[in-house]
Amino acid sequence: MKRIEAVNEFVIRFANVNGTGSASANAMFAKSIFRMGIPSAPKNIFPSNIQGLPTWFEVRVSEKGYLGRRGGIDIAVAVNPQSMAEDIADLNPGGYFVYDNTKPLDLRLHRGDVHLIGLPLTDMCRQEYTEARQRQLFKNVIYVGALAALLNIEFSVLKELVGEQFKGKDKLVASNIHALELGFQYAQNNFDCPLGVHMERRDLIGNKIMMEGNDALALGAIYGGATVVAWYPLTPSTSVIEGFEKYAKRLRIDPGSGDRRYAVVQAEDELAAIGIVIGAGWNGARAFTATSGPGLSLMSEFLGLAYFAEVPAVLFDIQRAGPSTGMPTRTQQSDILSAAYASHGDTKHVLLIPSNPKECFEMSAESFDLADRLQTPVIVMSDLDVGMNDNLSEPLVWDDKRDYDRGKVFSMEQLDEMSERYGRYLDTDEDGICFRTLPGVHPEKGAFFTRGTSRDEYAKYTESGDEYVRNMERLTRKFETAKGLVPMPQIHKAKKTTRDAMVFYGSSNSACLEALDILAADGLHLNAMRLRSFPFGKAVTDFVDQHDRVFVIDQNRDAQMRKLLIIECEINPSKVLSYTHYDGMPMTALGAAKHIASVLGGSNVTPLRKKKKAGAKA
Amino acid sequence: MSYIRPEFRHPDSQTNVSGFTRKDYEGALSTLCAGCGHDSVSSGIIDACFELGVWPHRVAKISGIGCSSKTPTYFLGKSHGFNSVHGRMPSVATGANMANGDMAYIGISGDGDTASIGLGQFGHVARRNLNMTYIVENNGCYGLTKGQDSATTDVGSSSKKGDPNPFEAIDLCSMALQLGATMVARSFSGDKEQLVPLIKAAITHNGFAFIDVISPCVTFNNTPASSKGFEFVREHREATGKMDFVPVRSEITADYEPGFVKEITLHYGSVIHLYKDDKLDCTDRNSALRAIQEHDDKGQILTGLLYVDPDSRDFHKVQQTVKQPLRDLVEEDLCPGARALNAINASLR
Repeated sequence: MKRIEAVNEFVIRFANVNGTGSASANAMFAKSIFRMGIPSAPKNIFPSNIQGLPTWFEVRVSEKGYLGRRGGIDIAVAVNPQSMAEDIADLNPGGYFVYDNTKPLDLRLHRGDVHLIGLPLTDMCRQEYTEARQRQLFKNVIYVGALAALLNIEFSVLKELVGEQFKGKDKLVASNIHALELGFQYAQNNFDCPLGVHMERRDLIGNKIMMEGNDALALGAIYGGATVVAWYPLTPSTSVIEGFEKYAKRLRIDPGSGDRRYAVVQAEDELAAIGIVIGAGWNGARAFTATSGPGLSLMSEFLGLAYFAEVPAVLFDIQRAGPSTGMPTRTQQSDILSAAYASHGDTKHVLLIPSNPKECFEMSAESFDLADRLQTPVIVMSDLDVGMNDNLSEPLVWDDKRDYDRGKVFSMEQLDEMSERYGRYLDTDEDGICFRTLPGVHPEKGAFFTRGTSRDEYAKYTESGDEYVRNMERLTRKFETAKGLVPMPQIHKAKKTTRDAMVFYGSSNSACLEALDILAADGLHLNAMRLRSFPFGKAVTDFVDQHDRVFVIDQNRDAQMRKLLIIECEINPSKVLSYTHYDGMPMTALGAAKHIASVLGGSNVTPLRKKKKAGAKA
Repeated sequence: MSYIRPEFRHPDSQTNVSGFTRKDYEGALSTLCAGCGHDSVSSGIIDACFELGVWPHRVAKISGIGCSSKTPTYFLGKSHGFNSVHGRMPSVATGANMANGDMAYIGISGDGDTASIGLGQFGHVARRNLNMTYIVENNGCYGLTKGQDSATTDVGSSSKKGDPNPFEAIDLCSMALQLGATMVARSFSGDKEQLVPLIKAAITHNGFAFIDVISPCVTFNNTPASSKGFEFVREHREATGKMDFVPVRSEITADYEPGFVKEITLHYGSVIHLYKDDKLDCTDRNSALRAIQEHDDKGQILTGLLYVDPDSRDFHKVQQTVKQPLRDLVEEDLCPGARALNAINASLR
């Protein structure tokens, strides 16, 4: 029988029941790969449920550094009887099926082309432990121990991780190491270890870190000076707020009094959450909220107010699969259009689109500068894939010389020196951005009325059409200014001259970079641009103009970014092609490459696939 | 505009403890209908702020949408104001207050803004005990959209349109009491003598101070068959007792019969004097709820101070925020810097 052979280049998928403690065991497994110096990308595929439903954890191990989803599974660790049929069916031919053989595998599930590796996990736990909860928890640790033998994970690395996890709790350290040893011994004694697919220590990590994007957004908000946080719990955005509180408790306590240099308000709904952010922004504090699609819909009215009344606000949208409640624990990039144009009337919003934790951190901090500078909402468009999975990332960087840009705000002294009448909406610098004042700043000057109704340059209510149009045109001018302030796109040049290109953004980055390599190996060369923000500046339109065929990669059904590009850059739609992936799982390199190759008329994907496997042997 | 307000003020206009004249607390000319109860409330706010001697610019006025929400333009012209979206004033006020707890926040809302579209936000700002004055200018109808019934319209009451309202009214004072508001009062726009001390107490109170002001809509809901018209309210009003507000710095000079006065000392040392007893104990929530219900059963509207918790802990206290306004914290206070970040990086390997 064929056996997949690969060192440091494979995909392993764990099938568990949620609420059984598998997540921490799986995380230990993933961390051990990182500690062995090998790049990897773990992805949690979990249900919208607390206990009892199937949950998966997929890890791509790639010493070549490909961190997107590859597609296909080489090793399945199946400890959930509910999903076993699916788990064995999904396995690549020649793959390895690690399962709990306390009960014999249902004959109907047998496949002749995969290698069965039975571990009597339930039996081992029954013999070893008396408590039900212990039996459940240690089952996970035992299979990690067995994998150490099967996949050649250094046992010392696992021991070190257990030591860190249960620091100061010696009893737990000992019992976890014992469970690891049980699994290790069993595998060692019963199978030919390691398997054809296994790991070997490398030194490919350098100073990189493993971090969830949401955690990085939270830390960016700490560094960016956010003090007022308002939110309503919503998967997959909740951990942004939890992260903020975690860091704030460490980094934002006044040493003298023990009081907090921040306030986190759990609001009654998303409307209130954004209202609180806008109230705080109006009053001069840096404030943010985090939500996902359903929350963005609810916040739309307020976002229009902040756009029109020109109040700084920061919103983190951790996108998930819509429409409506959709698939709440699955990823998508499907809020692009509703975020860019959130609210009724002519509205537009600044979007920042990070694709890894380092960028989440930077864009989070930057969003507060931009919101203050532009006096408008800034929406950071992350997604569940970047946000809730541990992502391998360059370390976070902060320049101590960097100063917060608090934008155009008249101080008491500036107001004192002013001889002319203060006008809140006077465009004195002709960049569309006017000077604001904060409540309470001056006893006599600078007070104005903020409103969502039309007003003149002195913030006085007006129904004059001319005044209204002048104001709307200024807001357009401000958006032009924004183009020069938002992060530039990242351009990747193909090795050969080409008129074809790929455009992608956010969490599609890793899979798309891999797709470019797959296509190039097959003689199909494309330049690439990763969008990092909206509005689109000249660099974006220039790139599109320089190509005849541009594939826009979207993780949504309606090719939303493609549409946004066509509308905003006034591109001929016929040259803008599309690849969409929106089943709720992160996109795969192979899926995109296959589609693009078929359109460009090059080779089809079968040879590509073979090439991939051949490459995996190296 | 039906009238013009003369700009002239007596050169020797009385100044308050902070050196301001009453004019310093006025706003733009009202564009509401002549005789609107809301204008009397605005005037009451001006009097209260003038008499308290608050600095106009240290007050922020926040409102939602509707006739009532337009009124912040008509008082405290030297204060910043924010006319937000319908029913969402409480959240904007919450954010503003979190950013800077050192200012006074006056929220103006109406019965549509608070009892219908904003019922959720009203409930939650009350339970958070945000330090603010929340005034509902309650006319029992939607004025700006021409007189539809609102959620505070009493059963059987009818507006200019003539159809009696079939639905049960929401009593905002009872709600506020149940939801944890730490000062609750009801008043009438036509009774400044009662309203002004209540507003003064509300501004001084350290927590969520709610005043439901019945403020008749002269255009759409001032009919003989309306229970929110001037005539009806005047005839069916029962006050909890005359009340005086004595700011902390003033000498207590009020003349009263000992034994008929209850003193309530507020957070900063100001005192509320309640003359005359009703069965109501103003420091007991249940007593207030019972009194409202008993009067309602008799067809009476109970006005005056209903409840106050002098030991109220406001939302900043609960949040344990630093003394300094959060908006005044600078980069040094907020940004942990590169060294701390390197340590965090190390913990993520």
